[in-house]
Amino acid sequence: MFASLAGVLFDGFAFGMLLFLLSVGLSVTLGMMNFVNLAHCSFAMIGGYATVSLANRYGWPFLATLPAAFVAAGGVAIALERTLFRRLYRASDLDQCLLTIGMVFISIAAYAFFYGTVVQSTPMPSYLKGSVQLFGMSFAAYRLFLIAMGLVVAATLVFALETTRFGAQVRAAVDNQRMARGLGIDVDRAFMITFALGGGLAGLGGALAIEIVGLDHAFALNYLVYVLIVVAVGGLGSIGGSFAAAVVLGVSDMAGKYYFPWLGAFVIYLVMVALLMWRPVGLFGKR
Amino acid sequence: MLRLIAAAALAAFASALPLAVQAQQTIKIGVLLTLSGQFADAAAQMDNGIKTYMKQHGDSVAGKKIEIIRKDVGGPAPDVAKRLAQELVVRDKVDMLAGFTLTPNALAVADVSAEAKKFMVVMNAATSIIITKSPYMIRTSVTLPQVMETFGTWAVTKGGLKQNYTMVTDYGPGHDAEAAFTSAFKAAGGSNVGSVRFPVANPDFAAFVQRAKDLAPESIFIFIPGGAQPAALGKAMAERGIDKKQTRILGSGETTAEAALKAMGENALDIITAWHYDYTMDNALNKAFVKEFNAMHGRNPDFFSIGAYDGMHAIYETLKKTKGNTDGEAMIKAAKGLKWESPRGPMSIDPETRDVVQDVYIRRVQKVGNDYVNVPFDKIPAVKDPAGERRKQQKQ
Amino acid sequence: MEKGRAEVSYFRAQARWRPLELAFWAATLLPFVVTPSYLSLASQIAITALFALSLDLLLGYAGIVSLGHAAYFGFGAYSAGLLSKHYLGEPLTGLVVGAAAAGILGYVTSHVIVRFRHLALIMLTLGLGLLLAEAANSASALTGGADGLQGVKMSPLLGFKFDLYGRTAYAYSLAVLFCVFLVARRIIHSPFGLALRGIRENATRMPAIGAPVLAHLRKVYTIAAAMAGAAGALLTQTTSTVSLEVLSFGRSADVLVILILGGAGRLYGGIVGAIIYMVARDQFSGLNPQYWYFWIGLLLVAVVMFLPNGILGGLSALRKKPQ
Repeated sequence: MFASLAGVLFDGFAFGMLLFLLSVGLSVTLGMMNFVNLAHCSFAMIGGYATVSLANRYGWPFLATLPAAFVAAGGVAIALERTLFRRLYRASDLDQCLLTIGMVFISIAAYAFFYGTVVQSTPMPSYLKGSVQLFGMSFAAYRLFLIAMGLVVAATLVFALETTRFGAQVRAAVDNQRMARGLGIDVDRAFMITFALGGGLAGLGGALAIEIVGLDHAFALNYLVYVLIVVAVGGLGSIGGSFAAAVVLGVSDMAGKYYFPWLGAFVIYLVMVALLMWRPVGLFGKR
Repeated sequence: MLRLIAAAALAAFASALPLAVQAQQTIKIGVLLTLSGQFADAAAQMDNGIKTYMKQHGDSVAGKKIEIIRKDVGGPAPDVAKRLAQELVVRDKVDMLAGFTLTPNALAVADVSAEAKKFMVVMNAATSIIITKSPYMIRTSVTLPQVMETFGTWAVTKGGLKQNYTMVTDYGPGHDAEAAFTSAFKAAGGSNVGSVRFPVANPDFAAFVQRAKDLAPESIFIFIPGGAQPAALGKAMAERGIDKKQTRILGSGETTAEAALKAMGENALDIITAWHYDYTMDNALNKAFVKEFNAMHGRNPDFFSIGAYDGMHAIYETLKKTKGNTDGEAMIKAAKGLKWESPRGPMSIDPETRDVVQDVYIRRVQKVGNDYVNVPFDKIPAVKDPAGERRKQQKQ
Repeated sequence: MEKGRAEVSYFRAQARWRPLELAFWAATLLPFVVTPSYLSLASQIAITALFALSLDLLLGYAGIVSLGHAAYFGFGAYSAGLLSKHYLGEPLTGLVVGAAAAGILGYVTSHVIVRFRHLALIMLTLGLGLLLAEAANSASALTGGADGLQGVKMSPLLGFKFDLYGRTAYAYSLAVLFCVFLVARRIIHSPFGLALRGIRENATRMPAIGAPVLAHLRKVYTIAAAMAGAAGALLTQTTSTVSLEVLSFGRSADVLVILILGGAGRLYGGIVGAIIYMVARDQFSGLNPQYWYFWIGLLLVAVVMFLPNGILGGLSALRKKPQ
């Protein structure tokens, strides 16, 4: 019983980290910049396909493809921010919705066209395969890696946004554009970099998700709901909130499926509804 | 002046004439597939099967040219499928309907086939009951009970298994597969020690696999739709390291589809599946088919492709028998009892139920060269759809 | 007295029929003559337009953004389907039953929904919708599960059989759309409609002028749910099919896209959106069955860039500009 509980907690925590990595970028763009980016998972898809291409066609090791996934998705995010998104910062939420859904459709068709519709996978290095024995229990190696990645990303983001000069500029620009401009902060640049960060994080999440959920052209829509759930439950603009929400959702989903499998499909939605009714602004949200 | 008009009219008539004749010489097949969305890959492989058949056998039969009109249903959307079928019949004036990746779409279009008296070929959807919905329908893929009941019986009588645990996806075909396998398994003397159903949208299988592993049953039967999930499930099993000496893994063909085997690697070894087709099958017809398929589409065919390929064969052979007459009654009369040699082996259309009759292969995953493939080691010949047979008995 | 008269004349002026509106409704009859082989499509466009109109009451007028509106569409669809399977196949009864069932569900859920705003509201509607869809999948004995409900048989409508060409289907859907549209138009141009717009603009100030915010929102939510249920029932009846897809997130998202595309908060936004989106989808997917998503996506992006606030919103802004 104890062993199974520990196992469930571990698997759930790892799944939570996957949810966190996939959604933290949206927490940045939607939460901080107030931009409704429904194309978030399209950026994840860019990262995922970048990893697939580099690993399968050019033989890069998996770990080396991860920064590339971040850069690819972040680069596309910058290009789109410059040409399309920045014009809509002041538009209504609904227009932002429509634009980004349009981009989701375009990305789905484009990836189906260039990569086909078959499910992609990447070869894993041997140290990320199978399971590792620790304290007399076996833990899946890739899940340990996911947990490590999640912790590193969360720590880095919190550090970068809370303690660095750039983080202060971004927060100032987002909170009050006019005032920030008056103080000589380059708001345009701050927005662009924030957007690139959001896109890049999505790309990284997409690359890391392949091993667990696979990757095909429908990815941009299939995981959108999960990502929105994490951001809403966590609270807008809170990295810590997204982290906590992802862990709670991941663990409860896993525990629900293990102990009450007949409830399996309902758990994650029930938890979300309950949490939002209890705290409509999200776990760590302020507004 | 009058003569000029008469000449013009004559010219117009003459230029219209060849068109009219040509129209009579084309046979239009409306093909409904889920070419976009989540099931796009299945549909793409079906479409590839159709194209490969037409490349190998030409695009005319009985002196008439075959024209394919493809429509995208986009997913399990019977309202869209039915509308598209209606439009194909009334606007494009198709002579028959074919394709059908998913069961709900096939069920909805069956109404149109019955009402418009159009020949209909189900090239994939595997729920048994579909075939009863239109008297002008045949099926060239597989039915779930055909494989799953056969496998359930085999697992006890020849596999020597007595206690089984089932894991299926929580949706119609999953329930059907579970019921078919379990009932046959019990009838043969085995017992069911438990079952679990995965949600349809399930990104992570760890919890379910862990649960099955903790129970350590003698065998686990898996049914899961094709697409991204078999690979994800396979990886979860690989991670958990289920001891295959203790627990035998059984499944349908989707579980060990090519992409899933690639994702699982050596962890797939010794999984036993029952299915009607695999691209590695060792016969001359299949070798030619796989070669042509690879040349055209750059990948291997799968069971979606073979269903569509044989569907086209059935259409071609039926048209040969009717000498190009596409009337629904004539077509179905000619199609009943059709027998042929397919890349999957001998198969036929049951003259009574109009459903597919074929051999079911029992395969084990083995390493051949550098690849992990399904190697058949047993065969149950000429299996009819057991659910269809039961329906027949009920009627009598 | 004086004030009362001014009030009445305000609502009257608002509710006056414009020539363009009359022309539009006359034009909806054209498909019978001009494109008789597209009537099935026209029927499904009318149904989607009705569904979008119901969402417009919520989103455009009351400011309730919903990502789970398919729950009521699907509930109406299944209610009508089950009625025809087990009891009677008369369409008009089924329509009323579908609308009533969805309305009741709407009334019950509205007590939760209207208390929330912003992202929480969106996610709660989404969550309830997804829970209902999962429940329908689990209750496959009742709903037929993923294979869809089997045995839906419709009797002729007032003596007209539902035909392959979709003549009856289109006439029926269009008639229902028009009747419901009249009701919606009346609601919007009533004091209640005005109060809703007030709530949308500033929910905290409305109680100060004596408007019961939550009661108003519950009322409009129930009405919109019933309208969505009617749309669902129509789809069931005109196609004789119901499947889980009627409850799906995809359908909720689609109708939201359609409404925003046409222009939310404008009576005709949902209708125009449905026509443009579904005709474009039909044409693009006919030309390019595998990659038509690309062209639809491009259309959406172009509309946002050139016609902000949807097609109708953008056009009216363009028309006002030169002055």
